Amino acid sequence: MIIQFICRAILLGVPLLYGSTGEIVTEKSGHLNLGIPGIMYTGAISGVVGSFIYENACGNDLSRMNPLLAVLIPLLCAIAGATLMGLIYSFLTVTLHANQNVTGLALTTLGIGLGNFLGASLINITKSELPSIALTKTSSFFSAKLPFADNLGWFGELFLSHDFLTYLAIIIALVVSFVLNRTRVGLNLRSVGENPATADAAGINVIKYRYLATCIGSAIAGLGGLQYVMAYATGVWSNNAFGDRGWMAIALVIFALWKPSMAIVGSFLFGALCNANNYIQGLGTETQELFKMLPYVVTIVVLIITSMRKKREHQPPANLGLNYFREER
Amino acid sequence: MDRQPAIELKNITKRFGKVVANKDVNLTAYRGEILSILGENGSGKTTLMNMISGIYFPDEGQIFIDEKEAVITSPKDAFSYKIGMIHQHFKLVDVFSATENIVLGLEDGKYNLKTSTEEIKKISAQYGFDLDVDKKIYTMSVSEKQTVEIIKVLYRGADILILDEPTAVLTPQETEKLFNILRRMRDDGKCIIIITHKLHEVLSLSDRVSVLRKGEYVGTVNTAETTESELTEMMVGKKIELNIERDEPKNTEDRLVVNGLTCVDRMGATVLDDVSFTAKSGEILGIAGIAGSGQRELLESIAGLQHLAKGEILYLNPKTNAIENLRDKTPMQIRNMGVRLSFVPEDRLGMGLVGNMDIVDNMMLRSYSKGHSVFLKRKKPKDLAMRIIRDLEVVTPSASTPVRRLSGGNVQKVLVGREIAASPTVLMVAYPVRGLDINSSYMIYNLLNEQKAKGVAVIFVGEDLDVLVELCDRIMVIGSGRITGVVDGRTTTKEEIGLLMTKSKQEGENANG
Repeated sequence: MIIQFICRAILLGVPLLYGSTGEIVTEKSGHLNLGIPGIMYTGAISGVVGSFIYENACGNDLSRMNPLLAVLIPLLCAIAGATLMGLIYSFLTVTLHANQNVTGLALTTLGIGLGNFLGASLINITKSELPSIALTKTSSFFSAKLPFADNLGWFGELFLSHDFLTYLAIIIALVVSFVLNRTRVGLNLRSVGENPATADAAGINVIKYRYLATCIGSAIAGLGGLQYVMAYATGVWSNNAFGDRGWMAIALVIFALWKPSMAIVGSFLFGALCNANNYIQGLGTETQELFKMLPYVVTIVVLIITSMRKKREHQPPANLGLNYFREER
Repeated sequence: MDRQPAIELKNITKRFGKVVANKDVNLTAYRGEILSILGENGSGKTTLMNMISGIYFPDEGQIFIDEKEAVITSPKDAFSYKIGMIHQHFKLVDVFSATENIVLGLEDGKYNLKTSTEEIKKISAQYGFDLDVDKKIYTMSVSEKQTVEIIKVLYRGADILILDEPTAVLTPQETEKLFNILRRMRDDGKCIIIITHKLHEVLSLSDRVSVLRKGEYVGTVNTAETTESELTEMMVGKKIELNIERDEPKNTEDRLVVNGLTCVDRMGATVLDDVSFTAKSGEILGIAGIAGSGQRELLESIAGLQHLAKGEILYLNPKTNAIENLRDKTPMQIRNMGVRLSFVPEDRLGMGLVGNMDIVDNMMLRSYSKGHSVFLKRKKPKDLAMRIIRDLEVVTPSASTPVRRLSGGNVQKVLVGREIAASPTVLMVAYPVRGLDINSSYMIYNLLNEQKAKGVAVIFVGEDLDVLVELCDRIMVIGSGRITGVVDGRTTTKEEIGLLMTKSKQEGENANG
């Protein structure tokens, strides 16, 4: 029971981990990308479109599908879709100096609208009775487990039974953490988010770093959308099912104090909190809704504690949300 | 002596829109010398240097480095020509350590903070710097930050160093230390260019002086062959008297008595610690101290803008002889008590005036509570605005120009004019001449002297010790939120004040260590 609860929490937490790792990369460059919900949604629908096309090309026959391609096509589609969104965001904010909050919110609206449009179109093509598309075949490749996981009891279930995107999420978070703290690129990126004028004077290409951080961050976030459809929802896409996961990913960034390694722990905690209502007996629907508030409450508590501890290292990047103009000083 | 030109500028012109920041500037700096670039605020010194360091690109003209033409389009290019600039506003990342800041942006070699640290220590030892490389910038003093900036450019192998107003925030002792380091670098064959508007520094440090005026190059003289008044004339374009009058205070009586003022900021640090002093009518009380030692909090406490942990602020009303405690009163309450307090804050367009509003509306900010009708009556504030524009020679297209479009000096005149028009009994001014040209500065000094003659208790927070010593009757020195001494303006020296400025800091360090 407990093992199952934890596994469920991890499964729920992984999209948030992708989203917040991506957002951390972006925010470290000083750009507050509130388009993350839309970007994750776009990543999800792009993956769905990719796998839909591939499944159809194989005549919807599982035996004719190449496992590698079945995984790779949606994966690349999700990355491409999300990166494109990141590119729009960075072009508007970095090059055209548009307000970051407004651009981000617009992108969220765009991403969700686009996702629903494409989703509805696919449903139309399949002439399905249900308002959803089932890509269970592709999903089966995504959630393939290690063959010996089942033989190892609770250990296997807890650590080895997850889909590969879950492990990838953790690896990406750890790599990002290492890059940020231990490499020159990380130092440069952090300086761009803290004080772009300083970075500029030090010869760092602020524009390049901001573009790359936003696009790479978006690509990572897009994978979160894909993981949601392929692993959590077992390949079933229905419009708006993604919910408020994108916003929760942004809350998780604050909870994690802009540290990807903290985001790993935080995402599982958020996953557990989201899921707790299902494990408590006899809750009315209205109480269940109240439970959904928990991740945000925890975030606020963390905010209060960190602002009381007054450590500068725990504050957001100093230039977060501010565009950089070189000649305007 | 065979001198090698390190850097030559030929016919450099730079425009920002319609404004010409630099026009046809020619300049040469040699290796093994310290060259001062002298000019008033807004004369284009910093713009010129920014073109050498790659922040701006000249519209016309050429730059030669070691007698070869150089195209510097970015700070990176500047590094490759071994040019390093130490900006007036430090370009450091607050949450990084000294080492991280120093290696920031470098691309050669492996990223290894340990070996970098060793190298930084070597450079420190060579030139006599004193630096804790692991310290985070936000815990550093201004002088330490400057040290980091200088080592940063040395670490990159710079042999042309440009320093923009390096002494603006230093105590005389720290300045002397910096100058010794600069001299050591010069003797090491480096070319040092220092931007400044302080004449005595030019004379004591540099080998040659180049003067800019309104973006144009005026000329270069050897420091040994020039005088302060010649330089001023070159800088301003006409002869001006550089003496501040100081009459003996008349009919002084206690006006404001501050007892045991203690103030804690939001981060929990004590910014004012048991501050006690008396401001008297008819005299100018100077407040000297390193920037950020609690000057702002002190003035804001008196103005009713700071919450106090302890202490009292007593105002002796000259009309009623009543004694009022201003502690924990809002500015409105203070005004309603009949206390005529005027405050010229250092943040002119933030706290003093509203940038997007015109001069008339800004006048009304101070008297808005006088009207009783729903509609505004603009007659009186308009008259006042016109009077200030006329009396203080404010350069503005009209009284309905938004103040943010005025130059720094004119903004300050509007603000000081408004505060004086309220005929205060206590006038507090913080850094009133920061960013002002010489003429405007002396006008402000004269206004303060007029107020003093009228029997106003003037409290003057300043940064230029030369001015404080010339203008003030008494000078109170503040260090890390504590009063470290009160000296007589007529008998004290800059060095004495400088020592007092760092006194409590050293004591504090001893107590901690």
